[in-house]
Amino acid sequence: MAKLPVQFRLNGSDRAGFVDPAGNLLDLLRRGLGDFAPKYGCGQGTCGVCTVLVDGEPQLSCLTLAISCDGRQIETASGMADGPNLHPLQQAFMDNFAAQCGFCTPGMLTAARALLARNPNPTRDEVVEAISGNICRCTGYEPIIAAILAAAAGGAGMRRA
Amino acid sequence: MLEMRKEIFADERDDNLNVVGKGVQRQDMPGHVTARTRFFDDHAFDGLLHLKVVRSPHHHARIRSIDVSAAERAPGVKRVLRGADVPVNKNTLLSLINFGKDDEPTLAVDKVRYKGEPVVAIIADSDAAALAARKLVRIDYEPLSPVFDVEEALKPGAPVVNETYPGNYFEYHQRFDHQKLRFGDVERAFTQADHVVEHRYQMSPIEHAPTETNGSIAAPEHNDRYVVHTCAQGLFFSLGTTAKIVDLESNRLHFIGGTVGGGFGGKVDSLSEPLAVLGAMLTAKPVRYVLDREEEMLYGSPRGAERIYVKDGVMRDGRIIARYIRSYFDAGAYTRLSSYAAIKCTAHVPGPYSIPNVASDIYVAYTNRCPSTAMRGFGVTAVDFALEVQMDRLAEAVNMDPMEFRILNAYRDGDMKAHRRVAKNTALVECVQVAAEKANWPISEQARRASSLTEGGGERGQIPATPLDQRGQIGRPESRNAPATQTLPASTTRIPLSKQPIFEGARDARPTPVQVPRYEAPPRYDPAIAPPPPQPAHQPVSAPPAPPPPAAPAQPQHGAVRFSSVFGTRRR
Amino acid sequence: MLDVRSCASLSEAAGILSGDRQALLIAGGTLVMRDVNEGRLTEGTLLRVTDPAFRQVSAGGARVEIGAGVTMAMVLSHRDLAYLHAPARGIGGPAIRTMATIGGNLFAQTPYGDFTVALLALGAEIVVQAGYGSGRAVPLEDFLAGRERGGQGLVTAVQFPRPQNPSEFLFRKISRVKPKGISVLSIAAHLPTSGGRLVQPRVAYGAMAPVPMRARGVERALDGKPLDAAAIQAARQAALEGCRPATDAIASDWYRREILPVHLGRLLAGEPR
Repeated sequence: MAKLPVQFRLNGSDRAGFVDPAGNLLDLLRRGLGDFAPKYGCGQGTCGVCTVLVDGEPQLSCLTLAISCDGRQIETASGMADGPNLHPLQQAFMDNFAAQCGFCTPGMLTAARALLARNPNPTRDEVVEAISGNICRCTGYEPIIAAILAAAAGGAGMRRA
Repeated sequence: MLEMRKEIFADERDDNLNVVGKGVQRQDMPGHVTARTRFFDDHAFDGLLHLKVVRSPHHHARIRSIDVSAAERAPGVKRVLRGADVPVNKNTLLSLINFGKDDEPTLAVDKVRYKGEPVVAIIADSDAAALAARKLVRIDYEPLSPVFDVEEALKPGAPVVNETYPGNYFEYHQRFDHQKLRFGDVERAFTQADHVVEHRYQMSPIEHAPTETNGSIAAPEHNDRYVVHTCAQGLFFSLGTTAKIVDLESNRLHFIGGTVGGGFGGKVDSLSEPLAVLGAMLTAKPVRYVLDREEEMLYGSPRGAERIYVKDGVMRDGRIIARYIRSYFDAGAYTRLSSYAAIKCTAHVPGPYSIPNVASDIYVAYTNRCPSTAMRGFGVTAVDFALEVQMDRLAEAVNMDPMEFRILNAYRDGDMKAHRRVAKNTALVECVQVAAEKANWPISEQARRASSLTEGGGERGQIPATPLDQRGQIGRPESRNAPATQTLPASTTRIPLSKQPIFEGARDARPTPVQVPRYEAPPRYDPAIAPPPPQPAHQPVSAPPAPPPPAAPAQPQHGAVRFSSVFGTRRR
Repeated sequence: MLDVRSCASLSEAAGILSGDRQALLIAGGTLVMRDVNEGRLTEGTLLRVTDPAFRQVSAGGARVEIGAGVTMAMVLSHRDLAYLHAPARGIGGPAIRTMATIGGNLFAQTPYGDFTVALLALGAEIVVQAGYGSGRAVPLEDFLAGRERGGQGLVTAVQFPRPQNPSEFLFRKISRVKPKGISVLSIAAHLPTSGGRLVQPRVAYGAMAPVPMRARGVERALDGKPLDAAAIQAARQAALEGCRPATDAIASDWYRREILPVHLGRLLAGEPR
């Protein structure tokens, strides 16, 4: 079966690939384009480690048809840092020990980034709801919540999306 | 918040801490937050092939026939693997340290023993192609009666789960169907106790559910090696297991990993590496084998369920004078690490308490369940749950506060433990005191003044006379209720070995290798330990015939001999 | 292998669905892609609809019409659909809500399908287009009864009368994991009153039967009565009529039966969960 072309902007750069018609965005990003930030954890939409931003909205790349992203803006955790300078959320995660094995971290950062872009001063409940689609098996979530609140307090939402 | 209780064990401690309580950053944190941390699947390979496994839908069944012809012809399929393609298709994980018999196939051949057991592996150029071809494999099964309950499995006449262990139990030291601990005379003490309290405790298998599923990628590398990116928690363990199964010298395997997306013990079984490497060997291409989430939940090995019976004899003043534990590990269909778990459990009972009469019988039973594995202190955490609930129930039986009850029975420095080792550096008393203080739980002045440093030793440091038995011999279930056969005199620290442990390690179509430390002479006793009083050599009531030694010449030992706890022997 | 076709019009998609038994609509992907990823769906054609009508919301008038491709996130962004925000917010996490559609939710197997429970209490009709003809409106209950048979055509939109007083529409999802979690059960109730008495109340449950169901016993107990303690007590006693809850990984049927009347009583009395 012939592969289909897909073109989009990934973390600010124009990228293109060829995909099986029913191929998902996660495989295209990882295997097609070498962006390993989104990961495979369940393939069912339960764990959130595949979370990316499509036109600024959080979406699960394992459940997204790659061809549906033609012409869109896609952002992953790989694009958060500005060269050697960490995004305030990334720095806050470090400062608050918000990762252990690190497998859920790119998805968590992406969900947090989407939250702060639309709500720069979230309450704790709003932070909890924003990461409610991301499972962490290591930290017990408290350091992650603390990191996101700290980043918000430091103005992470105002400065950059 | 770290609170240092410097007044406790003040003259033994060094509070000059460099790392504890200092908030030192993890060395892998920058990688985690920049998404640069490389898990096994975060590696690109040109021409990557994908492996999917056909699994048994039955708990227990004979395989009558396997037809992979349609799958082999399906679009995108490069190779289909069956049991005959696996060079060494029978293994047990602990063969690396010479413990146990090879009992588990990588791909089932004539029988499946748990629902989800791998039978056929399909390697294709995409996940979708492998999944589509998987549906085309036709396997004709003849379902057999399964057994799911550990005690039912041990009854004579139960369906045989794993023919390597026809009694459905792991065979310890070629002698018994369980692991024994004997210290003092529990039966006599029960008759003297004011209360006898017996309860049964049961836990379920627990799934680790790491966010990253089990998997690996194997690829041909230069220098005629295979590189393997794996989620394994123990790289050398996994390398050794893989080398044996695919019959490759270990220096032709290059294992990269140690970066695990959550393991918790569930990534020690080398579930994916052997097939991935075999696939790479047979296709000369990179092969990726990753469990999907459903496979991880259902067929990735769980923490083994345990059934624990605790029977205690307690005096009305609160002293426990006897504890007998009978426990069953549900190994599932294959041994994996359960044999070791039972030894850890035996080493752990009766808990941190000074009890003058202790006995335990720990069984590893095979059932038609998914084989179980390690998780967070396996062998210990479940039995601790049972023991501590039991302690609360005992306190209730003697109308005593549960904290005080524990302080009363806690072991102290100088006490003799049931394993015939003197307790040192004990601290349970102080832990309970501080916990009571933190919880605003009032305890008596006497309990508050108790100390691990005093009140131990003396009579409590003696080894009592201990009846021994030959109950539960391998292949002789009728011996499970036999009486005691002799009494070991008080102060006996060791039983002299009556024969050398010999293990079989049968591999399909290969001669039995020598895997066991071969003793040319009986072991030397360490002169630092007083030799036992002279006595006749320990004669079992009816000696099973000693198996003839293997004919192969003595070879260098394979594996670490220092795992003495596993063998029940000790070398210094 | 699976193929994908994009359809620029609803009619085109409906026509293909009626002619090709192996064609399947994919909207948000939260149900279909799971089957693809896990190897249950390996043959056939996935249809994507790019027709703007599929994602249209018309919520201001007396009759509300919401395109089947409207996502939960879109529902949450419409202020005039505020009474549907509670059910929409209960669906998955933020990323799922970006993708999951109200049309897809009609097909979610119990214990999922909480948005459909809300629609059932609103007296919704499903607009179905079979073949190249025009759509016809099917009462949601009939649609759900025929759901497993399949072959009903393309669901293009959902319609229902706009609740005159949005505060008379109640919804509650009971789950162990909060805020996001699979339902132990969910309850939706539309309780219009006139002259202090309930007029044709509609109450629906999720996860209490193989499909979302009407709680007819409760409706009979409440109809024509003021919503007072006596009526709530009568409703609780009739709560389990018609229920056939499943035992699944989330809860047993016994447990669902035990807690349903309790949660129904609290919802009707305005007490917290």
